[in-house]
Amino acid sequence: MLSRLVRRAPTLLMPALFAADVSAEYGLNMPVGVTDVSQSVFDLHMQIFWICVAIAVVVFGVMFYSIFKHRKSKGAVAAQFHESTTVEIIWTIIPVIILVLMAWPATTTLIEMYDTSDSDVDIKITGYQWKWRYEYIGQDVDFFSNMSTPKDEIYNRAEKNENYLLEVDNELVIPVNKKVRFLITANDVIHSWWVPDFAVKKDAIPGFINESWTRVNETGIYRGQCTELCGKDHGFMPVVVRVVEQEEYDTWIATKQAEAKAAAALAKLTFTLEEQMERGEKVYATNCAACHQANGSGIPPSFPALKGSAIALGPVDEHIKRVVSGVAGSAMQAYGAQLSEVDLAAVITYERNAWGNDTGDNVSAKDIVDFNNK
Amino acid sequence: MSTVVDINTENNHDDHEHHGPAKGIARWLFTTNHKDIGSMYLWFSFIMFMIGGCMALTIRAELFQPGLQLIEPEFFNQMTTLHGLIMVFGAVMPAFVGLANWMIPMMVGAPDMALPRMNNWSFWILPFAFTLLLSTLFMEGGGPNFGWTFYAPLSTTYAPDTVTFFIFGVHMMGISSIMGAINVIATILNMRAPGMTLMKMPLFVWTWLITAFLLIAVMPVLAGVVTMMLTDIHFGTSFFNAAGGGDPVLFQHIFWFFGHPEVYIMILPAFGAVSQVIPTFSRKPLFGYHSMVYAVASIAILSFIVWAHHMFTVGIPLVGELFFMYATMLIAVPTGVKVFNWVATMFRGSLTFETPMLFSIAFVVLFSIGGFSGLMLAIAPSDFQYHDTYFVVAHFHYVLVPGAIFGIFAAVYYWLPKWVGNMYNEKLGKMHFWLSFVGMNLTFFPMHFLGLAGMPRRIPDYALQFADFNQIASVGAFMFGTTQLLFLYIVINCIRKGEKATAQVWEGAEGLEWTIPSPAPYHTFTTPPEVK
Repeated sequence: MLSRLVRRAPTLLMPALFAADVSAEYGLNMPVGVTDVSQSVFDLHMQIFWICVAIAVVVFGVMFYSIFKHRKSKGAVAAQFHESTTVEIIWTIIPVIILVLMAWPATTTLIEMYDTSDSDVDIKITGYQWKWRYEYIGQDVDFFSNMSTPKDEIYNRAEKNENYLLEVDNELVIPVNKKVRFLITANDVIHSWWVPDFAVKKDAIPGFINESWTRVNETGIYRGQCTELCGKDHGFMPVVVRVVEQEEYDTWIATKQAEAKAAAALAKLTFTLEEQMERGEKVYATNCAACHQANGSGIPPSFPALKGSAIALGPVDEHIKRVVSGVAGSAMQAYGAQLSEVDLAAVITYERNAWGNDTGDNVSAKDIVDFNNK
Repeated sequence: MSTVVDINTENNHDDHEHHGPAKGIARWLFTTNHKDIGSMYLWFSFIMFMIGGCMALTIRAELFQPGLQLIEPEFFNQMTTLHGLIMVFGAVMPAFVGLANWMIPMMVGAPDMALPRMNNWSFWILPFAFTLLLSTLFMEGGGPNFGWTFYAPLSTTYAPDTVTFFIFGVHMMGISSIMGAINVIATILNMRAPGMTLMKMPLFVWTWLITAFLLIAVMPVLAGVVTMMLTDIHFGTSFFNAAGGGDPVLFQHIFWFFGHPEVYIMILPAFGAVSQVIPTFSRKPLFGYHSMVYAVASIAILSFIVWAHHMFTVGIPLVGELFFMYATMLIAVPTGVKVFNWVATMFRGSLTFETPMLFSIAFVVLFSIGGFSGLMLAIAPSDFQYHDTYFVVAHFHYVLVPGAIFGIFAAVYYWLPKWVGNMYNEKLGKMHFWLSFVGMNLTFFPMHFLGLAGMPRRIPDYALQFADFNQIASVGAFMFGTTQLLFLYIVINCIRKGEKATAQVWEGAEGLEWTIPSPAPYHTFTTPPEVK
């Protein structure tokens, strides 16, 4: 680790040319958001804030009065009073009353937030290292959402765009003015799904299904991030939600369903090695490069290299097994559940032929199906 | 630090005590003297403070600009994890144990701690524990990278192999803390001078007595949770593995059952120190001594029933959520009582502003700000927005830096002349205070805005709208960090030379520790004083 720091030292001396010359508007306060719940949360936040300010003014006021008036240098002589039960009782009771006044609206808001009944749309959200999966329950729509910010922007080789780190390849799309229920879980470690504008934050925990809901009042694009440390790329798994009118939502669902059918049809076709490499490179960049790196060198020992590796150059079946079933107890996930057979075949083909791994193998979707049927 | 003084002071006339400390390294390895052990704890804590501080500066350097510049995300995670662990277990806790060692026997009129050999052992475990922990940085796979809260399964199934070293390190720190706590309790309950009833004890002693009980109650819980991790990792159990029928949320319940009292362990002794300093420089007795003691006890008891407020977003049921919200809000009441009493102590006093007083006043103001944001975090619906953002980072740094750390600084400046016999350089002390004060606020205040605007914690890179405040925070961090070298200089300078301190040191100081000469002789109160 330290050696990596040392190795990078020369690049450090060159100040990052592109860093921070795009500035976005900074915020000072919590967003009011676009739901009734986020409005109530904002109100609670401001209410407790002003109560704190009022208490601070009184307490610090007395304190600074003493600091200025009762200094020895001004000839102040110390009084010797040091006990008063009455005063102690008063300043115990008053805070209790203030707290009860605060607890009341907080309780009503919380009860509302916990009411997940009567939803119009149900979406299962699954956290993976380091991406989100969205399944529209009963709709046959199921996809992954990966961060789409290019590495060049992260490593300051290209100018950062406006939505730097807060952009994805596939957004979650939901209809406006409808109660949308989220069923939130995780596949590996604990993640947390957060959209500040909805005031929805819920942990995604393996083995648990948490519930939350929202009803968004305005169409638009809303951005958030994973908020529970989930490993290396915790900072790089944004949440992007596009809220649209009902008609647009219906069309979008229909398109997604059609895409799923088309993808299934692809599995019956055969592809040339070049076509496989082209598709595989894209799949690799989205799913594998975060750990195994774009050049296949990995980050040993946690994330092994694929370039020249025994698996990528060895028997095809062993390679398919690694990718489809994952490696238990490691960060290597079971991609069989995440990618289509076509994509799996393409990415395995890519790994076996890229970076000088010239095996010449062309793995087909049928090979994957056969493997699964074994 | 404690100079060898040939004795024959009025408190010290036992013949067999006519020897000073051993010579050379043996003095430090085999010492059973509370003053020597106290000094070692304090120096150890300062070294850890510097190491943990360098890690914090590495984090802030990376976060100076958006984009990845200096370090990779894996190393960033190791830095955040180790910064937290080292500051909590290596800097703050040993510093308070060091203060306890030095001051508790002198404040209750005892000749030493009750269990001096165990005292030596509980200190000497620490360097080994932290060497074990820090050595992981140089191993394959790197150090712990799962946050100081080490949530399973990130810290079990998905952890680097070095996690085992981390687990044993934590076990050793726990053993050290428990032994230290037993020693404090045994000393306070058994070795008080005649006439020193419990309700006559100085507040620093009271807060430490209560802290020691908290330590004994929760350190075994921490040991339990890391042992469960150990068996999950190496012996095939599934305490925290959902696939094996275990429960990842169980980890959080156990961890925070330790973790919440732990935050009070880090703040209560600071309450005690400040409660000694403020009356001294106000030249007026502490207002509401009894209610101060009761408030500390209530805070300690309440700390056991609020743990799940760290877990509002894990999906605990509504009733549980409400219970933990109300219980947490309730803690504001005794905490408020303490702040009101400190202010009432200053009111109509005759104030002077030496360095310990400056740190104590800053403690009261800034700790209160941390308390206010804590109250905001207690409101569960709002907590959904604050949770795991920089708002939380701002909150706990406001309670720990101007809370625990400023409390320690106040205590060190206050008692340093007693320990070494010289006054420190007041001008430099004040400079240390003002630079720390400005640096600390510059670092942590903007983090409130970052969190509210939506920046999650523990991320190595951030969206562009967070750039400005991160830049300010980084500048502040380097200012605060480098200022601490000045503190080192002031302390060394004070040990070597300076105006000779009188026995009482401060005009308004009261208590047994001020009846013995400065520097305090190697052995004190071999004949117990009489307390009226």
